[in-house]
Amino acid sequence: MVTLNHFLILSGVLFAIGTVGVFLRRNLITILLSIEIMLNAVNLTFVATGRYVGTVDGQIITFFVMTVAAAEAAVGLALVIALFRHRETLSPDAFTSLKW
Amino acid sequence: MLDFINPTLVAHLVLIFLIFNILVLSAAFMVWMERKVCAYIQDRPGPNRVGPEGLLQPFADVIKLLFKEDLKPAAADTLVFLIAPVISTATAFAAFSVVPFGTETTLFGLLSEPLRLEVTDVNVAVLVVFAIASMGIYGIVLAGWSSNSKYSLLGGLRSAAQMISYELSYGLALAAVVMLAGSLSLREIVTNQAGYWFYVIPKWYVFLQPIGFIIFMTAGVAETNRAPFDFPEAEQELVAGYHTEYSSMSFALFFLAEYINMVTVSAVATSLYLGGWLGPLLPDWMGWIWFLVKVFALLFFYVWMRWTLPRYRYDQLMEFGWKVLLPVAVVNLIATAALVIWLG
Amino acid sequence: MEMNQLPFFLFAAIAVLASLGVVGQRNPMHSVLLLIVSFGALAGLYVLLDAPFSAVTQIIVYAGAIMVLFLFVVMLLNAHTEDDSPGARREPWVYRAFVVVSLLLGLEVAWALSGLGLASFSTDPGTVSSISSVATIGVALFTKHSFAFEVTSILILVSMVGAVVIARKEP
Repeated sequence: MVTLNHFLILSGVLFAIGTVGVFLRRNLITILLSIEIMLNAVNLTFVATGRYVGTVDGQIITFFVMTVAAAEAAVGLALVIALFRHRETLSPDAFTSLKW
Repeated sequence: MLDFINPTLVAHLVLIFLIFNILVLSAAFMVWMERKVCAYIQDRPGPNRVGPEGLLQPFADVIKLLFKEDLKPAAADTLVFLIAPVISTATAFAAFSVVPFGTETTLFGLLSEPLRLEVTDVNVAVLVVFAIASMGIYGIVLAGWSSNSKYSLLGGLRSAAQMISYELSYGLALAAVVMLAGSLSLREIVTNQAGYWFYVIPKWYVFLQPIGFIIFMTAGVAETNRAPFDFPEAEQELVAGYHTEYSSMSFALFFLAEYINMVTVSAVATSLYLGGWLGPLLPDWMGWIWFLVKVFALLFFYVWMRWTLPRYRYDQLMEFGWKVLLPVAVVNLIATAALVIWLG
Repeated sequence: MEMNQLPFFLFAAIAVLASLGVVGQRNPMHSVLLLIVSFGALAGLYVLLDAPFSAVTQIIVYAGAIMVLFLFVVMLLNAHTEDDSPGARREPWVYRAFVVVSLLLGLEVAWALSGLGLASFSTDPGTVSSISSVATIGVALFTKHSFAFEVTSILILVSMVGAVVIARKEP
């Protein structure tokens, strides 16, 4: 029997993997991909909880999360392109000139 | 343990196997038809040596391709290079899985419950077709990238940009039909087109949505990278576009994928606009014959367009997709919505 | 609807392994492809949860559009290999602290879930058909959540214009 707990644990694991990716990777594009993994884990939680409660609201929230993720990915990638034009590198350690 | 094997399951599996084989054979048939129709348009006989009227020509082509050497550029990314044609072909076949081509049949009483003539029917079938079409872009883009050659990369990127641009009009034309039918399931859309007006004109959606049909077919031709929108594969300009570096079976897989995409677009257009398996004279359970006739008519139209119209230049193609087709599709959608609300 | 365990564990394993591959791969192109696989597995999980509309929207929007955007950017920037600049290695105590914190978080999640009990899904066919029907989603989207829907359209417009302006080459 698959219960809500299974889905919550799975989405927790996916969220953790995404967080690890954001912290430990030194490549701007991989950081953005890890953010997408985190958003997907949250989507899974919403749909599973929506199914548990018995309403359709979970799916509607995921609809909006997907839209926001698309907008954020577009702007994030535009920023990556602009940054790459500046420094010819994709490592976030090259953009530390505002660090004190 | 084997008690779940019942005649219905076996019949369903046999049906799926049959559909798969018919799709592959239809791709072979398309190869022959294209060369014959092209020949007759150009006032020459076409292939007529291999088999009667050249009917075995596609099989000769396949055998020739199988015997060719399978090349791979040294600097290519191996895994992606091998996966790209597989993705193209898999998505081409998968998109056909929700298309219905007949009513329920019990095979003359052999089965206890009726078997529907389709692979499966989900309640979001139209969106599934759209989703798998957008996955088909990856085969082309990855082929262009992994070949590590500039012709392939340019061809792949251009083709992907073209497919993305025309997907919008494709989806908007689909949305207009969904509004008329009130359901996303292709089987229900076809059954909503049953009946006649004035006992003569069938209630197909092509009569309610002529502009939508034109938009859908145009976007479909552009999605499958066929002429007059086949600039990314133009032999004269780009060597061969994204499949320049492919040979033997991988090349054959790309061509198989292209023809099966054509068949799928024609089949979906038949279900949405031309009434699927509905037709005047034959009994209901022989509706699949009408389905085949309509799909064949649309495929003939595809081939006819390729050998009659000149090719669009790439910027003309993109301009047409964004500045002409998309506004027309949006206006069509809004007009359909207004009519549906006004007329109930 | 009695969900079998096998499809769930299959899709869950694919999703977790593909996500680990995304985070651990050197080559960003392979990371993008593995993420597409992960999205496909998640779409399968949505189908198991009687949400076919969410599954198909996931494929269309995430795997079919956002990932194509990522792929284009990876190809445009030629981001083949990892930029492993020397200042990136961290001291060992950072890794140990990370492991301890994640173990603590895991224990906290397990404790929270144990308070929930065994929360099984309802198998009432009325609920199932109302959740999986697109008409219900459409009605709720355009009546209860219509304001958010309209705001989302403005958001997409703003992000489109913003992306074009930010990535534009200086003339």
